[in-house]
Parts: sequence; structure tokens; C-alpha cells
Amino acid sequence: MAKEFLEGNFAMAEAAVRAGVEAYFGYPITPQTEILEWMSYRMPELGRVFLQAESEVAAVNMVYGAACTGTKAMSSSSSPGVSLMMEGLSYIAGTEIPAVLIDVVRGGPGLGNIAPSQGDYNQLVHGGGHGDYHNIVLAPASVQEAIDLTVLAFDLAEKYRCIAMVMADGSVGQMMEPAELPEMRPLRRMGGADWAVTGAEGREHRVLSSIYIDPAHEEVYNLKLANRWFEIEENEIRYKEYYLDDADYAVIGFGTAGRVALSAVRAARAEGIKVGLLRPISVSPYPYGVVDELSKHVQGMLVVEMNTGQMLRDVQLAAKGRVPIEFYGRPGGMVTFPDDVLAEIHRLVREAKSTEGDPARRWLQRINDGVITLA
Amino acid sequence: MDTPVKTEIQTVYIRPSALTARPNHYCPGCTHGIAHRLIAEVIEEMDIRGQTIGVAPVGCSVFAYNYFDLDFVEAAHGRAPAMATGIKRVLPDRYVFTYQGDGDLASIGMAEIMHAAGRGENISVFFINNAIYGMTGGQMAPTTLPGMKTTSSPNGRDVEQAGFPLHMAELLSKMEGASYIVRRSLHDPKNIRLAKKAIRTAFEVQKRGMGFSMVELLSTCSTNWGMTPIDSLKWLEEHMIPAYPLGDYKVATALEGLKF
Repeated sequence: MAKEFLEGNFAMAEAAVRAGVEAYFGYPITPQTEILEWMSYRMPELGRVFLQAESEVAAVNMVYGAACTGTKAMSSSSSPGVSLMMEGLSYIAGTEIPAVLIDVVRGGPGLGNIAPSQGDYNQLVHGGGHGDYHNIVLAPASVQEAIDLTVLAFDLAEKYRCIAMVMADGSVGQMMEPAELPEMRPLRRMGGADWAVTGAEGREHRVLSSIYIDPAHEEVYNLKLANRWFEIEENEIRYKEYYLDDADYAVIGFGTAGRVALSAVRAARAEGIKVGLLRPISVSPYPYGVVDELSKHVQGMLVVEMNTGQMLRDVQLAAKGRVPIEFYGRPGGMVTFPDDVLAEIHRLVREAKSTEGDPARRWLQRINDGVITLA
Repeated sequence: MDTPVKTEIQTVYIRPSALTARPNHYCPGCTHGIAHRLIAEVIEEMDIRGQTIGVAPVGCSVFAYNYFDLDFVEAAHGRAPAMATGIKRVLPDRYVFTYQGDGDLASIGMAEIMHAAGRGENISVFFINNAIYGMTGGQMAPTTLPGMKTTSSPNGRDVEQAGFPLHMAELLSKMEGASYIVRRSLHDPKNIRLAKKAIRTAFEVQKRGMGFSMVELLSTCSTNWGMTPIDSLKWLEEHMIPAYPLGDYKVATALEGLKF
């Protein structure tokens, strides 16, 4: 396949089609509506299922129903819509059903706005509905990565019988750049999974339920999920390192913030500053071990996000107070700029450092004091 | 010499093959058992056990899947029609039904039921209306009658404060996508037979791809109504039927003269 000039949302939708998605259920919401629109045209053309649901609540439960039959099913939405899906996601997790969700994240809380954001990090990485479980969350920084991670999400969801999400910042969904779509996979019609509910013809009846009314059974189920999650943590950590081999300082950022930070890191390198970038791709499971190791080799870390410091807490957890950490963020739908990140790299290198205190509070104080200006 | 006694044993009552042997958890006098049995009998008569998928609700019948010998899924509260939609859309040749109570269908799941009907989803819905929340212990439901005492309307449902009961068969009968919308009752043998016929018709509608069907079944809740089972049946007849008249609210013209 040759590279084409593709929009992120369209590319993720077509990547899902080529990965073999058999049923799509969704609801319009900016900035991801192109996924729904493309599916409305593409899925019927291929004889597959498309349905515009009456709400995200219904959409996720349609996915739940379709996926219970062993069908590859997905939905896509943006932050407020994903909030509505949390109930369904919890039930899907409670039933060990594979499902894929794309969240093209926008500014919040509330109705917020339709600009790119990373404000859903906690909701997806540390949350995802009630109860005790984890979702796989993959964070692309380019259209190509959005394509690749969408395909991967289907494979991981099926491999581990869990929810796999692509958490794309609004900017990844909306931007256009050259990227290559994968080959069309042959469609696997209605999987013969030994758990799928398809009608009990010629066999014992099957039940798919998230109920374990006896707490002792629910405990065993929770432990099963926890064991599986540790297996996922063993096998599915993904990240990219840039210029870290000889780095004295490390910038850490995911998605768009990570990509923007790379420009700043390159500019700093040009000035002779030995700085590198760690860009987590699987933000859940999070590359704690990589950050842990990194914290033993650098003199300081700068966490860059398009929120008020959500991933920051995971970096702190991994670094165990070993190394000074600073934070820089643009929340609410604002995008970080390379020059601003470069200024923060300069501050990290030149100013007195400490492992004490809260990096997010220091950052906020700088804004309140006018040291950082919000251009 | 003793004359040998000749005994003839005739089976007059047997568990339908679509029900499991598991004893159910329903309270004495509850009509869920009757509704389950009617659905199972129809499935057996139509010989569609292997092609049927049930969707259980949240409420007293949350464990319905334990009692039907059918493939089953358990939905979130009110979401059964959405889940059934997902199943039916990917497996259009299967029979898909939801089994929902009044809190599930008429309160928290109002959007899902109305839109499933609006889309003309080719599923069958069995709606148990007993005018109260059973599982949580007798709170006011969207179908609770004016003046009716529940644990969350201790002085009786005050329509000034809590509004009016919802009439789902009447509401759903206005939906273009619906083919068969009826209300039946489970309070006496005659009405139980009529209910079974309606359940059969709903499955026949689905078999013919004619779209959405719903059978509302007026039911009792002796425990939370605070009555004996017999008094409950009487109360249903005297109070619920006048508020929720039995009858055919929508029967598609194509269904007239349907033989099965």
C-alpha cells in the first residue's frame, strides 16, 4: 500500500474496517464524527453492520450485545460521549467481552469545547466505569500511529478478552498527513468463540453476565482480571524513545504533547543540551518500568501534557522521588507549542532543582505569578 | 385372588424444554414464573430453542437466564433493547427477545425502548408491569398508580409531586416501527391463555421480519404490595386493569388472518 494524504478520523475508521470490524455502533459528536460518517458509508457497502444509535449509552450497549455473539464490534466517540459509555464499558469488562473504542479527546470538563485535549487520561487510564478492572489504552501521536494502533486494538481486545481503546487527542483525529493503510484482512464471520452467545443449537446453553452475586465468586473473578492485567503489563508495554541514550534530561509526553515535545527536544539538542524524549504509546498498561529505569540515569525530568498533570502522577509513581520532576501543561483544549516546551527544558536545566514539592503546583504558581504566560 | 390394579398414567403437566430444572428465586405468588413458562412453552412449540437468544434485565428477573435453557445475556439496567439490537443486527436469523420490568423498561430504559421500537428492531419485548420496583424492595415505579403506597411514596403516589403513571403499550403503539403492541394480564387462567397467544404472536411477528413487538403483562408483586397472593390477583384485576386496560394497541394489518 502506498502512502496517502489522510485525515486521522477517516484513517482510524478505515483501519478498523481493514482490521475486520464487523459491526459499528456510534453517535455523532465532534471531533470524531467523521468516523461515524465513514462507517455509515463503508460498512453497508461491505455487507457489515452500521447503526447510528440514539445515544452513546445505547451505542456501547449495542456493541456489548454484538460482541457477545463473538462479533468484532466497536464504537467511537469523544469525551462527553465516552463519559456516557462508562456504564457499558464496565459491563463489558465484567463479562470478559472483547470490544474496541476510539475516544477522540476534546476539552472539558462538561460540554467543554471541541479542541484537542488530553483531559480524559484519568478517565480512561485510571477509570473506565465502576468496579475493579483495567482497559488497554493506546495513545497515537500521528495519523500513521492512529492507524496502526486501531488495528492493534482489535488484536489485543480479542487476545485478552478485554476493552482496548485508542485515545487520540482531537488533533490526531482532525489533522491530515501522509500515512499508509494496511491491507484488508479477510473477514472472520461470526467467530466460533467457545463463549459466544449465538443460540444454543446442539449444545448446552451459554450465559454472558457480569453478575457474581456471591462476593466470594466476584472476588475470584476480580483476581482473574487482575492476573490477566499483570499478563498484559508483562507483554503489551509500548513506547518510543528519542535521544535518550546519552541524555542528562528526559522529557515525557504522550500523543500530541509528546510529538510537540519532540520538536522542542530537537531544538534543545541543537543548542547542545543533552535531552531526550520518552513517549508512552500504551498509557495503560503504563511503562512504569521504563520511567523507573530512566529516573536512575537522568538529572531531571519534564512531563508535558495537554491537561493539568494527569500522567504526571504515574511518572512520579515510577520515579519514586529519585529525580527532580517538573511539569508543563496546556489544559482545556489548548495545544502545547515547541517554543514553550523548549523554555521549560531551559528552566529544568538551568534552575535549581529539587525532588521536593509538587511539580504541578510549581507549574500553576508560575502561571499565577506570570512567569509562564498563556499566549 | 386380588384383581391386579390397572393404572394409567397420563402426563398433564411437564416442564417445557426451554426451561431449566433450577428452582427459581421468585417470591410465592409472583407471576414471573408464569411469564417465564409461557415464553418457554411458545419457544418449545415453535421449536426455536436453538435459535433464540434472551436478554435479561435488571430487577427481580435479573436471573431469568438461570431458568431458561437458552443462550442468554444479562443487560445493564434499561439497556436490554440496545443490547438486543446489537445481537439482532449481527445475527438477523436468530430470535431475540428482552424480558424487562417496569423500572427497567419504562424508567431508566425509556430511551432504549422507544428507539428500538422507532427503528422497528425485529425483536420481541416482554414487559412485566407490576407497578412497583420489586428487587430493591418496593419503591415507586413509573407505572405506580396514583395514591398507591410504596416505600418511596409512603403517603401514596401524589401526582402533584411525583407525576403520573406511564402507559407503555399506548405510547409504543404510536411508533411506526412497531407491528404488534398489546397488553395482557396474568391474574387468571383465561387471561394467562390470552397472554400466551400474544407471546406466540410476538415471536411470529419476529419470524416474519415484521419489526418490533411488545407484550405488556400486568403482573403481581405480593411481597411489596403487602398482600397475599390471592389478594394480589384480586387487586390486579380491580385496580390495575382499569388503569391499564387490556387489549390490542397496535396490530399491523399484515398480521390480520395470520395462521400459526
